[in-house]
Amino acid sequence: MRGTKQQQQHELQRQQAQKPMNGLREVLWMASVATCIKMLLMPTYHSTDFEVHRHWLALTASLPLNQWYIDETSPWTLDYPPFFAWFEYVLSFFARIVDPVIVDLTRGLKYDAASAVYFQRGSVMCSDLLLFLGTWRFCRNFPLKLQILSYLAIFFSPGLLMVDHIHFQYNGFLLGVLLLSVSYLKEGNDLTGGIMFAILLCFKHLFAIAAPVYFVYLLRHYCHDLARFLKLGFSVMLVILTAFGPFLYYGQIAQVLRRLFPFGRGLCHAYWAPNFWALYNAVDKMLSYLLRMLGFDVVMEKAAMTGGLVGDSKAHAILPQITPGLSMFLVLLSMSPCLIKIWRKPRRDNLLICVVYAYTCGYIFGWHVHEKASLHFVIPLVLAAVDSVKVAKEYYFVSIVKMIFLVLHSTAMWYGFAINFAPQTQTSVKESELKERNGCMSLCIKKKMFIAGLVGLEIYVQLIHHLVFEERLPFLPLMLISVYCSIGLMYAWLKQLSFVIEL
Amino acid sequence: MAFHHQRRFDESAWAFAVILLQPALILIDHGHFQYNCISLGLTLGAVASICLHRDYLASVLFCLALNHKQMSAYYAPAFFAYLFGKSIRKKNPIFEVMKLGVAVIGTFLLCWWPFLHSRTAEAVLLRLAPLQRGIFEDYVANFWCASSLVVKWKQIFPNTVLAYLALFATLVSFLPSVVQQIRSPSHRGFLLSLFNSSLSFYLFSYQVHEKSILLPLIPASLLILEDFSLYRGMILCAMFSMFPLLRRDGLVVPYIATFALHLLLLNVPFLEKSLSHVKERQHPSLKYMSDGLLFTGCLIDLLYLLIEPPPRYPFLFEALNSLLVFICLVLIGLHSHIQQWSATSTHEQIDADKVKMN
Repeated sequence: MRGTKQQQQHELQRQQAQKPMNGLREVLWMASVATCIKMLLMPTYHSTDFEVHRHWLALTASLPLNQWYIDETSPWTLDYPPFFAWFEYVLSFFARIVDPVIVDLTRGLKYDAASAVYFQRGSVMCSDLLLFLGTWRFCRNFPLKLQILSYLAIFFSPGLLMVDHIHFQYNGFLLGVLLLSVSYLKEGNDLTGGIMFAILLCFKHLFAIAAPVYFVYLLRHYCHDLARFLKLGFSVMLVILTAFGPFLYYGQIAQVLRRLFPFGRGLCHAYWAPNFWALYNAVDKMLSYLLRMLGFDVVMEKAAMTGGLVGDSKAHAILPQITPGLSMFLVLLSMSPCLIKIWRKPRRDNLLICVVYAYTCGYIFGWHVHEKASLHFVIPLVLAAVDSVKVAKEYYFVSIVKMIFLVLHSTAMWYGFAINFAPQTQTSVKESELKERNGCMSLCIKKKMFIAGLVGLEIYVQLIHHLVFEERLPFLPLMLISVYCSIGLMYAWLKQLSFVIEL
Repeated sequence: MAFHHQRRFDESAWAFAVILLQPALILIDHGHFQYNCISLGLTLGAVASICLHRDYLASVLFCLALNHKQMSAYYAPAFFAYLFGKSIRKKNPIFEVMKLGVAVIGTFLLCWWPFLHSRTAEAVLLRLAPLQRGIFEDYVANFWCASSLVVKWKQIFPNTVLAYLALFATLVSFLPSVVQQIRSPSHRGFLLSLFNSSLSFYLFSYQVHEKSILLPLIPASLLILEDFSLYRGMILCAMFSMFPLLRRDGLVVPYIATFALHLLLLNVPFLEKSLSHVKERQHPSLKYMSDGLLFTGCLIDLLYLLIEPPPRYPFLFEALNSLLVFICLVLIGLHSHIQQWSATSTHEQIDADKVKMN
């Protein structure tokens, strides 16, 4: 009797999930609420990235194509691929209508009048429509409760809100394109998915870290014969040619590539992103101090890495120097288990986890990684997390380690995931009851202690350090946070590796 | 919450969110900058005490609210009517009234003691009633401003006469509500009476500010689960009436954001099933009025933002705005008075209580 009732319920869910417009009202509602919140964030602090994008508006609006990657009017030179430059070009038409000074190359330098702020913030909010579209397209076959959870986690992601709408960047729509691409691949529409990914790369080349994953997957899953291989290759080449073709024509490819890959910058950004190199640097520094105290003559660069300067100086005193090539080798090495898995079992369901894993590897071992790059793997991880408890735990852990001041977000997420994975569930969850039986949403004691430690560390950094040390050792708080979080992230990376291996 | 304690959790939680996340209150207190929340909070405490049958606590809290902001006097007729009506039904009415009187006078003495001691009480009172500012300022959606399009009050009468005229008009307009409560006090009637008396003060009193719309708004929000259309009409009126003020403050974007957020809160897709019977009980006439108001108000505000008014009528949009809101407020007031009087026959809670007590 109970069996048939459950079966009926499952059948109802499946039927509901098949409707193409499923969840559309919820998406619209969530998107509207998120947009209102972003409106309230409009007058907040914005960083130099604001000026960067304003300058690019002026650059693309005022200069001809062959000057875009050459002009040096401002130190904020164009370092994104051509499609992004075209995006700024289109925006500049509207900017000119709102306030012509925004797009003036010389008069607009460091211009941050209300018109510029509102216009640019408005443009980020509008471009987020792609994020909404991408998420909805991926999630539209989930049961309604899972959809709501995904929208909640992605549209209101504090990391995304802070980076895109306060600090100022355009990550939202790029992640939307990524999600669109993955959604097409999930449906089996490999050609479109591949083309979308190529387009994404021509917007921001940083996403190319997952290119090996895409390549192997498409090769195995789509290219059954030469004809398909040629079709895919031709389409991708077409996209790349559309983007870079004009610059090839002007003979500026070398310059463009120099701008896109500025390896003159150091291994780490001024603020160490919590990755493997942060730990490497910390160990190096500790060893230098230790050996110094023991009497060895050690050449130490003063504050070379956290002083805000990103030069090419000799970064490491004791441990071997790291080159860009070595970093890329390590990234590929760490991605290899994933590539092997995909080669062996190119299944649609595995793809998202592998893409996320690839971005995590890129973050952990990459060259000159920014904190913000973590969004590349945290946001798609949400969509994997709604599917299984294990991933949910990891997502929760990672997202807290990344953004330490998100009390509201963490309670909402906890509530959401706990409800989703309640042990005795009679509500509409999903088919895989095996995973549910594996455990409900709870963190093990080690993770809880780690998070508690993080809270304590944050209190120290904000309040206590200044009282104890006053102005001395100014780099110490940030360094401590970097190192502590990087331990957490290394753990997260290893856990993801274990998921990949289990596939 | 005391009034709604019998409701389901979903509904109460939603009502709670709606009451606390009032965009009008957020914008005035945290944008324009005032401290209305203190006196409103004390008043709400008084209202809750009444619903919990703690009348003396209610009187004390309300006197504190009065002494924080004299605008709370907008609610005074309702409190008076309810407590008086309740007292005369008890065994020893005069004694009850005296007990309440002691509570009230005691609280006042406590608050005014320093000023009475130093004999500066008169100066305080003068400051509290600034008659010289005129019967209305700017364009507020009340009777005097709306009718001044036809009858130029300020040019015909001096301020003192206008003050008495306003007093008379206000008295007349809150009298029906007071009478009803004295005749048959009840909790629901009390809340409606709060709304009616504050609305009548808003419409007819002397020197009313746009911000005073908060006062009728709060009782309307308390009644949200009972009469959703009343609240919806009120919040729209309140928000539109405050637009000129907020525009002067440079708060247009927060206005749009909080207004939109609140409308989204009133229409949450995944709470639809739980709230369906609240929404079903809307009065159709008020619903259409609110829809019309939403559309027309947005139109006027948009024009206000984008177009320069003609030089002959520099305050055209403000005047249109306040006229529109005034008409809607009158309609809402009529509706709420009818509601309050019809509550007489169905909610004889106090008589039932009297039977229980005896």
